[in-house]
Amino acid sequence: MSRIVRTGADFLYPAILIFGLYIVAHGHLTPGGGFQGGAVIATGGALVIVAYSYTEVSEWLSGKVLMGQEVIGLVGFIGVALLAFAFGQVFFFNYLNASGSLFGIPVPYGINAGELNTGGFVPLMNFSVGCEVWGGLTLVILYMLSGIRREES
Amino acid sequence: MKKTVVLIGSLLILSAFLGVMALTLTFGAPKMTDMDDYFLRFGQEQTGTNNQCTSVTFDFRGFDTLGESTVLFCAVIGVSLIFRKMQAGEEYENE
Repeated sequence: MSRIVRTGADFLYPAILIFGLYIVAHGHLTPGGGFQGGAVIATGGALVIVAYSYTEVSEWLSGKVLMGQEVIGLVGFIGVALLAFAFGQVFFFNYLNASGSLFGIPVPYGINAGELNTGGFVPLMNFSVGCEVWGGLTLVILYMLSGIRREES
Repeated sequence: MKKTVVLIGSLLILSAFLGVMALTLTFGAPKMTDMDDYFLRFGQEQTGTNNQCTSVTFDFRGFDTLGESTVLFCAVIGVSLIFRKMQAGEEYENE
């Protein structure tokens, strides 16, 4: 693409990244969550991959890195859920909620201002799902663009 | 001629179906609200999330999200299988 598109992508990508990470991090307070935030970041990745050509992107962005990111997200999701057994609870029990440790501030019933350090293991789940969706959707776009390039040649 | 008859007939059947649904179903007044009431009453205290959608998808019904993540993973695996790198001399079968 032209220099204008590349410069625009350079300026837009950090903003998209910050917005997506904001959606992921505030998934337990505001509308959004891991899937939505990951999809937002993946659109930023699609912008970069389209603005720069596939051959240029594939030099510094390997599909293996994205696949590893996706695997880390999925394994982290299952691992956080499995950690409930260590606390003597059932699978997917919210063991961190109101425990006083990380993300452990208790939340009262009713309208309140919202605190980022709440939610138990829900923010951890959001982060792992966001990581997985980010890697997965960017990987799909990368692979499809590699297929288009192969058809042209 | 035959196409227009089929089109008009299917449109009539669809509109009749939607009209009956809109007239008979009551919107905004579900019959069973026990589950919704429980989520709205105890969701904040039991999961610590102010966003009740997230408390349902990630805590109360975490298995659903686990399946969703697995579906996404399988989709990416399938795409990577379709667009894989061809070996030297390997060709598509039906080309």
